[in-house]
Amino acid sequence: MNNSTLTHGIDIAQLGRGEATLCLDDEHLCIVVKNLNLYYGDKQALKDVNMGIPSRRVTAYIGPSGCGKSTLLRCFNRMNDLTDDVHIDGEILLDGNDIHRPSVNVADLRRRVGMVFQKPNPFPKSVYENVAYGLRLQGINSRRVLDEVVEKSLKGAALWDEVKDRLYDNALGLSGGQQQRLVIARAIAIEPEVLLLDEPASALDPISTLKIEELINELKTEYTIVIVTHNMQQAARVSDYTAFMYLGELIEFGDTSSLFTNPAKKQTEDYITGRYG
Amino acid sequence: MNEEEFTQHHISQQFNLELRELRNQVLSMGGLVEEQLSNALIALTNNDQQLAKRVYANDYKINALEVAIDEESTRILARRQPTASDLRLVMAVIKTIPDLERIGDQAERIAHMALQMPNETQAKHFVTINHLGEKVRQMLHDALDAFARLDVEVALQVMREDHKIDHESDSIYRQLITYMMEDPRAIPIALNIMWSARALERIAAHSCNICEYLIYFVKGKDVRHISLEQVEKQARQPR
Repeated sequence: MNNSTLTHGIDIAQLGRGEATLCLDDEHLCIVVKNLNLYYGDKQALKDVNMGIPSRRVTAYIGPSGCGKSTLLRCFNRMNDLTDDVHIDGEILLDGNDIHRPSVNVADLRRRVGMVFQKPNPFPKSVYENVAYGLRLQGINSRRVLDEVVEKSLKGAALWDEVKDRLYDNALGLSGGQQQRLVIARAIAIEPEVLLLDEPASALDPISTLKIEELINELKTEYTIVIVTHNMQQAARVSDYTAFMYLGELIEFGDTSSLFTNPAKKQTEDYITGRYG
Repeated sequence: MNEEEFTQHHISQQFNLELRELRNQVLSMGGLVEEQLSNALIALTNNDQQLAKRVYANDYKINALEVAIDEESTRILARRQPTASDLRLVMAVIKTIPDLERIGDQAERIAHMALQMPNETQAKHFVTINHLGEKVRQMLHDALDAFARLDVEVALQVMREDHKIDHESDSIYRQLITYMMEDPRAIPIALNIMWSARALERIAAHSCNICEYLIYFVKGKDVRHISLEQVEKQARQPR
């Protein structure tokens, strides 16, 4: 090993100057969006969006209300199919395959692309059954397998220590922060590739929020995480890459540190500094 | 982006006020430092002991401003979590303040030399340092002016000037050595002038630092420790 530039344990040659340590060009892309347009009836909600979501990184969407960030997020597991009068053109490739092809099984897509919403939505069942639900749907009923997955998922969602003695209590008795982590445990129990988080912490207190953020940081080693948040500090804290959207358009997409210290576009600057344009 | 835009148009009027106030405080501190340097130079070349004492007495104001601006910057970081140009403004301020404070200390040092000058000092000794002093004073003035007007071109000009200052102080040292060899009785005076020239050289370097912070603030480019050509290239890149 060449130690010539090692000074007091710091490799001087590796110290950067202004260049981001993360670079989109070097990333393996999990989801690729090409020329995506989305209309609610006559109203265009997404305008020619092109971007790539890197694998096993946290990508955050920020932007004012109604800018299309949640709509875009919901495109990734075709949740917009459930809304009437939606028309989509363009492509969304998950691992290279268009998710809009007729042959795609939507239930299977949603198993691969899990989603967590703003308001925790546990089922009115026990903690255990909430986590096991997805597996039971898949026809897995072996007690041994379920026990194992429930424990692993709850540990993965940093909730195990708090609920291990009350696995059979009703999940609705948990606190909001615990419920949200339970929902994340439910999502990761079926081992998705991508986890979509739509405002996952906006209904939670600061401590629960930090726990969710900490969890996001741990989960990104195994999952590709896409998060929509109104809280810019949260985006700055948890994400590797940040996309700024405005009026249905993707204005700027880049590594989070650069975007928050030296954004390239004036619109981004105005939004993140709290100015009106 | 012009200077107005940097501290205005936030949705929070209070934040506008805080940033503007922060910048104004830095400019006031700069004005004070500039005045201290002017007075110290006059005191040195005119052998004005009263003025030298006044420079001494006024240094505490600069120190007090340094502490106050630091506190205000910390408060803004804690309460506003500034981003982008706002963050770069606060960072530039936090870095500029110690340089201004040191310039104040160097002015005080020149005043100290003025107090030590014997009354019969010959005018010929002052000719060269007068010229250097005027140049450095102008550099500091331009650096502060660049900061006030967010003028990257002026900042670059100051940085170019710094190289000339280094040459000029070298030639002053050589000249003073000649004086000392000619007449050993001139050594105390020559040493005083040499220390003053050294202080001026430091002030020029601090002024350059301030220009670097300004370029970081305006352009988002860190231009420390690179060649002047690279600085100019980076500073002129469109944002």
